[in-house]
Amino acid sequence: MQPDRHDIELEVNGTTYRRGVESRTLLSDFLRHELLLAGTHVGCEHGVCGACTILVDGAPVRSCLMLAVQANGHALSTVEGLAADSGELHPIQKAMHDHHGLQCGYCTPGILMTMTAFLKENPAPSEDEVREALSGNLCRCTGYQNIVDAMMAAAQAMRATP
Amino acid sequence: MTTRFFGAPIKRNEDKKLLTGQALFIDDVELPGMLHAAFLRSQVAHARVRHIDVAKARKHPGVVAVYTADDLGAYWQPGPVLVPPPPIAGVVVNPRTQVPLVKEKVRHVGEPLAIVIAESRYIAEDALDEIEIDFDVLPAVVDLEKGLGTSSAHVHDDLASNVAAHVHQTKGDYRSAAAKADLVLKRRFRYEHGISSPIETRGVVAQWNARASQMTVWDTTQAPVFVRNGLAAMLGLGERQVRVIAPFVGGGFGPKIMMFYPEEVCLPWISMRLNRPVKWIEDRLEHFFATTHERGQIHDAEIALDRQGRILGIKDVFLHDTGAYNPYGLTVPINSQCTLLGPYVVPAYDSTFTAVFTNLPIVTPYRGAGRQHGVFVIERLLDLAARELNIDPAEIRRRNLIPPDAFPFKNEIIYQDFQPLEYDSGNYEPVLDKALEIIGYDQFIKRDQPKLRAEGRCVGVGIACYVEGTGIGPYEGAKVQVQTNGKVSVATGIGTQGQGHFTSFAQIVADQLGVDVTEVDIVTGDTDQFYWGAGTFASRGAVVAGNAVNEASRVVRQKALKLASDAFECAEDDLVIADGKVSIVGIPQKFIRLGELAQRANPMRGAVKPGTEPGLESTQYFGPPSGATANGVHAVILEIDPLTFELKILKYVVVHDCGTVINPMILAGQIHGGVAQGIGNAFYEKLSFDDQGQLLNASLADYLLPTALEVPRMELDHTTTPSPLNPLGIKGAGEAGAIPVGPLFAQAIENALDLAQKKIELLEIPLSPSRLFELTRKADHP
Repeated sequence: MQPDRHDIELEVNGTTYRRGVESRTLLSDFLRHELLLAGTHVGCEHGVCGACTILVDGAPVRSCLMLAVQANGHALSTVEGLAADSGELHPIQKAMHDHHGLQCGYCTPGILMTMTAFLKENPAPSEDEVREALSGNLCRCTGYQNIVDAMMAAAQAMRATP
Repeated sequence: MTTRFFGAPIKRNEDKKLLTGQALFIDDVELPGMLHAAFLRSQVAHARVRHIDVAKARKHPGVVAVYTADDLGAYWQPGPVLVPPPPIAGVVVNPRTQVPLVKEKVRHVGEPLAIVIAESRYIAEDALDEIEIDFDVLPAVVDLEKGLGTSSAHVHDDLASNVAAHVHQTKGDYRSAAAKADLVLKRRFRYEHGISSPIETRGVVAQWNARASQMTVWDTTQAPVFVRNGLAAMLGLGERQVRVIAPFVGGGFGPKIMMFYPEEVCLPWISMRLNRPVKWIEDRLEHFFATTHERGQIHDAEIALDRQGRILGIKDVFLHDTGAYNPYGLTVPINSQCTLLGPYVVPAYDSTFTAVFTNLPIVTPYRGAGRQHGVFVIERLLDLAARELNIDPAEIRRRNLIPPDAFPFKNEIIYQDFQPLEYDSGNYEPVLDKALEIIGYDQFIKRDQPKLRAEGRCVGVGIACYVEGTGIGPYEGAKVQVQTNGKVSVATGIGTQGQGHFTSFAQIVADQLGVDVTEVDIVTGDTDQFYWGAGTFASRGAVVAGNAVNEASRVVRQKALKLASDAFECAEDDLVIADGKVSIVGIPQKFIRLGELAQRANPMRGAVKPGTEPGLESTQYFGPPSGATANGVHAVILEIDPLTFELKILKYVVVHDCGTVINPMILAGQIHGGVAQGIGNAFYEKLSFDDQGQLLNASLADYLLPTALEVPRMELDHTTTPSPLNPLGIKGAGEAGAIPVGPLFAQAIENALDLAQKKIELLEIPLSPSRLFELTRKADHP
C-alpha cells in the first residue's frame, strides 16, 4: 500500500511552512523530525502524559493525538517560540527557573505550553486551580510542588506587567 | 577558601537549554541517511519458538534489513553478569542473563524476537506485521511460591528449579534472643514496587564511521563508560574506537542503568553492517515490558521484643521476584535484607532470601532498589508490636534508635557494595523529634483526632524512619581545566538525568577557583570527554563524583597560585583567588586573570620543567571505602473517605540528614520527587499481571502515575551529620524521598480508619481505594 500524501501549509511560531506529508504522520513527529522543532517532546503517544502539548490557534493540544494534515491552515505555537527574540525568557519560563520547577526537563515544554494557555484564560488562579490545570501533565521528577509555586509566581508577574 | 556557592540554593545552569527546547535528548539526534529500527516483541510470556518467517517483511518497500537471532551469528551472546555474587558464605547464585534476540525460548512478554530496519519508523512498524512466528506456548511462572513448587514450569530449562539465588545472613543469635523475649510477633508481608516510568523512554542511536573506524552511540544510559567498554568488547573494537554519549536524559531512576539491553547490543552491530546510522526510540507500550521493573517480595518476618518494646531480634525469610533473567545479581534483595535493620539497634538478625525466576520482565534497581521492601517490614513490625505492648508508635521507634555515641555502627552482614554493613555516622533522635514537632504529633493525637473522629472524619497520622546506604564505590573521576578564555571546563564520567550536576558540581568548582557558577561548564556522560567512571546510581553522584570534582579543582587552584606566585615573584600566601583572577593581598589592581594563567601554563617557548605538566588542569579520582549512611523520618496526616476510600494528604513532613548539603534547592527537589514516586508506589501504581504473565495495565491511562492532584505540598527540614568517609562530608539523597512512604501510608491509613478496632492489618503495598474496600469488606463479611 502506498501511503497517500497531502500538501499542507501551516504557521509555527510565526513562520509559515509548506510541506508534503503522509496522511498518517502524527503532528508531533512532523514538528520534531520534519520541521526539526525538537523542543516538543513525546512521552506516551497516547495522550496521557502531556509532554507533547503545543498550542493550536492558542488552545492546548496534544500533538501526539493530532495528525499533521489536521494542522493545515492553522497557527501553532511551540516551546521554541516562547522566549523573546532577544533571548529573554517568557515569565513562565523564568518562574520555572527561579523556583526549580524542572529537573530532567523532559516534561517541561508540555507544561510550559499548557500553562501559557491556562494563565491567559485564568490570570489569577488559586493554587488548587493551578494543580487542576497541571494534572494533565505528568512529571516524574519534581513532585509538582515547585511547578505550582512557579505558576503562582508567573501569574503574579504577568498580572504586574500585562 | 571562601564558600560563596557551596551550600547555597544556586539556580541551575542547565535550565535555560531545557526551558527553551534546545537541550539534546536522544530522539533529537538527527543524522544524514539515518535508518530506523522497530522490534518485534513476544506477545506471550513463555513459549518455545519453532520458526520465525521474515521473508515477507524483508520485501516490504522501504525495509532495508530484518534480523533474527540466527542472523546475528557469533555476535549473539547472553549479556554479562553486571554484579558478581557477593562474598557471603554459602551463597547460591544461578546467573542467567538476557539475550539480544530470542533464539529458542521466550521468557517474558515483550522479549524481542526480530528487528526490522527501514527508512522510517512507520515503515518498520508496518513490516513487523508481516513477520510470522510459530511457537508452542508454555505455562507461565508468575506466582513466586508456585514457581518454587515441584510441578512448576521452569523458566530456564537447564536449571533444576526456578531458584535464581539463595542467601542466608546472620548477626548475633536470633534463637536465643527470641527465647528471652516477652513478645514474638510474626506476620507475612507483601511489597510490590513498580516501574520507574520516566517521561522520556529509552533510546539508542548508533553511527558507524567506516572511514574513521569509529563507533558513536547515543544512549539513554546512566552508565556510559560501562556501555562503552562492553560494546567495544562485543564489537571487537578497542575502547578508543567507541564513543558513548548519554545526552540529556529525561529521567532515569535506576532502570536506565541496566545493561545491556537488547537494543543497545543490536543497533551498533547493525550500523556497522549497513554502514548507516540507526535509531531506535522505545515507545510507551514497549517501555512497560522492555525496560526493567522492580516488583514484589513476600516476607515471613518475626520480631522479638522485651516488655519495654526494645528489639531483641528479627527473623525474616523472603522470596524475591527477579523476573526472567538476573543480570543485576543480588543488589535489590541484598538492599532489602540490609535496609530492614533501619536506624534501630537490632542485636540479633537472621535473614534468608530466595530469588525466584519468573516469566515476567527483568527486575533491576528502581529508586530505592529494594530498600522500600525492607523498611516496610521493620516499620510494620514495630507498629504491630507497639499496638500489642500498648506503646505509642513514635515512642517504640525512639526506644530502639541507635544512640549517637554508637557510630560507626556495625551491622556485620554484607551490603550491596560487598563491604560489611556499617553506618558511618548519624544522630537519629533529633530527626525524629523534629518530624514529630513539625507534624504536630502530640496535638494531633490528643486534640485534633478525637475532634475529627467526633465529626465522622477518618483522619490518621503516620510516622516512619529509615536509613539509606548511599554513595558507594568503586570510584568516580573528574577533569577540571581552566580555558584560556577564563571559563572552567569540568568533565566527569557519570551521566545526568535531572539531578542538577551542571550546577552542584559547578558550585564546588566555583568556590575553589574563585569564579562564578555560570563560568563553569560541566560535561557529563560523554566517554570521549572523560574516559573513566562507573555511573549514576545508588545516590552516589554528589558523593563520589562531587568529591572527585572538589579534589581536581583544589589541585588546579594550587597550580594557579603557583603560576601566579612565579609571575609576581611573591609567596603563594600573599595571593588571593577571586572573581576569575589571582591578585596580591591588599593590592587588588595587581592581578592575573585565570585565563592568562592557563595561557602561561602552555608556553610557546621553553621546556616543561620536570615534575610539571602543561595546562591549568587536573584529573583526580575519588573512591570511598564504603557507603555513607543517610537517614530520615517521614510523617503524614491523611484523610480517607470511608465510603470511597479516596485518600487526601493533609500534611506531609520530611526531616532528613544527608550530611553536608551542596545545594538545598536541588536537594529539596530530589526529596519532593522521591516522595511523589513513593506515593505512587504506596497507593496508585500497581503492575497487574494475569496468570499467564500478561500485563493488564500497560498504558499510562491504566497504570496510574501520581499527578499534581495526588502529590501534596511537603514541609522539609534537615539535620546535618557530615560523613567522615569523604572530604566534603556528603551523603547521598536521591532515593531518600521514595523509601519509607509505603509503611507510612499503611500506618496512617490504619490509624485513620481505626482498623485496629476491626482487627484489620495492612500488610501489603501497593494499597488503593479498591484494595482497601476489599480488605475492610472481608473483615465485615468474612
